Amino acid sequence: MALFKKKKAKVSMEEAMYMETQAQLIWRKFKKHKLAMAGMVILIILYLVGFFSEFFATQDIAKRSTTAISMAPTKIHFVDAEGNFSLQPFVYGLKQEEDPVTWRKYYVEDTTQKYPLQFFYHGDPYKLLGFIPGDIHFFGTPQPDVFFPFGTDLSGRDLYSRVLSALRISLTTGLVGVFFTFILGCLFGGISGFYGGIADTIIQRVIEFLMSMPSIPLWMALAAAFPSTWSSLQTYFAITIILSLIGWTSLARVVRGKLLELRNEDFVTAARVAGASDGYIITKHLLPSFSSYLIVNVTLAIPGMILSETSLSFLGIGLTPPIVSLGVLLQDAQSINTVSMYPWMMIPGLFVVIAVLAFNFVGDGLRDAADPYK
Amino acid sequence: MRKYIVKRFIYMIVLLAIMSVFAFVVIQLPPGDYLTSYIASLQQQMGEVDESVVLNLRKQYGMDRPMWQQYFLWMRNMFQGNFGESFQWRQPVKTLIATRMPMTIVLSLITLLFAYAVAVPIGIYSARHQYSIGDYVASILGFVGLATPSFFLALILMYYSNRYLGLSVGGFYSPEFQNAPWSFARLWDLCKHLPIPVIVIGLASMANVIRILRATLLDELKRPYVVAARARGLKENKMIYRYPVRVALNPIISSIGSILPSIVSGATVTAIVLDIPTVGSLLYNALLSQDMYLAGACVIMLTAITIVGTFISDILLVVVDPRIRLQ
Repeated sequence: MALFKKKKAKVSMEEAMYMETQAQLIWRKFKKHKLAMAGMVILIILYLVGFFSEFFATQDIAKRSTTAISMAPTKIHFVDAEGNFSLQPFVYGLKQEEDPVTWRKYYVEDTTQKYPLQFFYHGDPYKLLGFIPGDIHFFGTPQPDVFFPFGTDLSGRDLYSRVLSALRISLTTGLVGVFFTFILGCLFGGISGFYGGIADTIIQRVIEFLMSMPSIPLWMALAAAFPSTWSSLQTYFAITIILSLIGWTSLARVVRGKLLELRNEDFVTAARVAGASDGYIITKHLLPSFSSYLIVNVTLAIPGMILSETSLSFLGIGLTPPIVSLGVLLQDAQSINTVSMYPWMMIPGLFVVIAVLAFNFVGDGLRDAADPYK
Repeated sequence: MRKYIVKRFIYMIVLLAIMSVFAFVVIQLPPGDYLTSYIASLQQQMGEVDESVVLNLRKQYGMDRPMWQQYFLWMRNMFQGNFGESFQWRQPVKTLIATRMPMTIVLSLITLLFAYAVAVPIGIYSARHQYSIGDYVASILGFVGLATPSFFLALILMYYSNRYLGLSVGGFYSPEFQNAPWSFARLWDLCKHLPIPVIVIGLASMANVIRILRATLLDELKRPYVVAARARGLKENKMIYRYPVRVALNPIISSIGSILPSIVSGATVTAIVLDIPTVGSLLYNALLSQDMYLAGACVIMLTAITIVGTFISDILLVVVDPRIRLQ
């Protein structure tokens, strides 16, 4: 061992490239893929913001501002009504007025009151991650009921804070769902590819069967069967399990294909001759040699999960309030009347599109990077 | 070839049978059985329900027998055209489905045709002009198409067409044509309502087809036979459409098997948002009110569309691709 270490210290830069681990090689190629890098940065930001949403939010997600119901996103000003410029942005207070003809209520800016926006102000108290108490918020104004970056919903709750909180739920549904998918896919794909024979035939038929099914109606039917007495956490896990019950098929196909390819390789035969057990060969030899493909497929499976969860929750048969996910937020935008009167209710949908796009870019970048033959 | 078709046909029947078991499980899953809800709704309507009526109903639906017998009873009834009763609509499930099934199939087919009609030329263009501006625009559109949930796209299109074009959206017909007899005016009204759902449902599949076609055609264009054909002085257009495009279309035809399920899925969500009377929105309402016989029948009908569609695409593939015929 000492000998190897010594040698490693001496190698030149160029030689170092040949001694890099597979992960390092993939990273080197991945860095060149600009869209994928951009996607990764976006994802990191989204996950960070979602995870610490209480800190980044401007107020408590359940707080109802009775003076600001269905209000449009607040305009941020640098120049006030008298034309004075200030480097610190500010917002105006709002007052309600009524159209004398239609009696429809609407909000106008009250230019007599200015509320400067600031970083790290003391606002609504919260418990970060459920146990760290705090009241410092990232950006906004300490004055309640005036600053709503994305507007408010039908009951006067701040949409911006709710979207951030929803990101945490929606983005982790994808991860938890993919975790189950990963287990099922590896298990069935592994059995199918490693043992072959009758098990293979049966599993392949099951996969074909599941793939020829329209997934949304099936998910709907299964999700509707949940007892209404379940807690929101139970529903959350049940939804992710349902999504992965139908979604494991493509991963299983990849695992099987790769195993069939590898099973006759010399190093596997050598291990078998040396008396290694099946489990040992699978975990020590086979899995590491196609783990990069697994990572790629898992990355590409996450956006599908996020989309499905959003669709189900939007229809009201997935996650339900008080859990806040992007789909749950979009429930408010279900009718054409709401959408045309309060178009900002569609903002949560933009975040779905951004997150899914970012995952797709990262997945594509990984696929190109993980394939040494391209 | 006949052997192949027979084999696929038997396979289709087996799939349908498995599907029916699944749908039956779906009916049984919710807490409490169908009859309890049915009787509750009867009570609401007529006050007290006679004990004998309840017993009769129990017998009619075979509730007093073991589970597997209930399944076969359900299947036998279905083959006789009796799908059970929807207590929400107070109508036989059969009539409810029969009024919506044709439009569901038509909508799926039009969407499928639309997706191919748009995607194939774009895919061919993208592959022939790799890395051109058009290619980039197509890929970006493809990415966005795959990333946008269909209901969200429906909302956006609804918003814009309502706001800027003043089109009435939702449903299949304007109110004045809802129950009118067939006429050209009604057909024209239908045509005006179709574009939004068709675009919304078709976009994701379109993006998929463009991706597959572009990738396979790019592979084909690198093959020696293309170089040989060019070297012999074949006209570029003629050469491309006669040989590589024909090869590249095969995976597209076999992809009907995976695209049809996604269209039926997308159509279900879109129909609910746009309030289109298809089997998908019927299923949604049935699930919300736990009208389980109706829900089960809807699940069977929707999956039958994809299973039968896959069977047809398998046969199409044999006709188009001689390599499979010879196997």
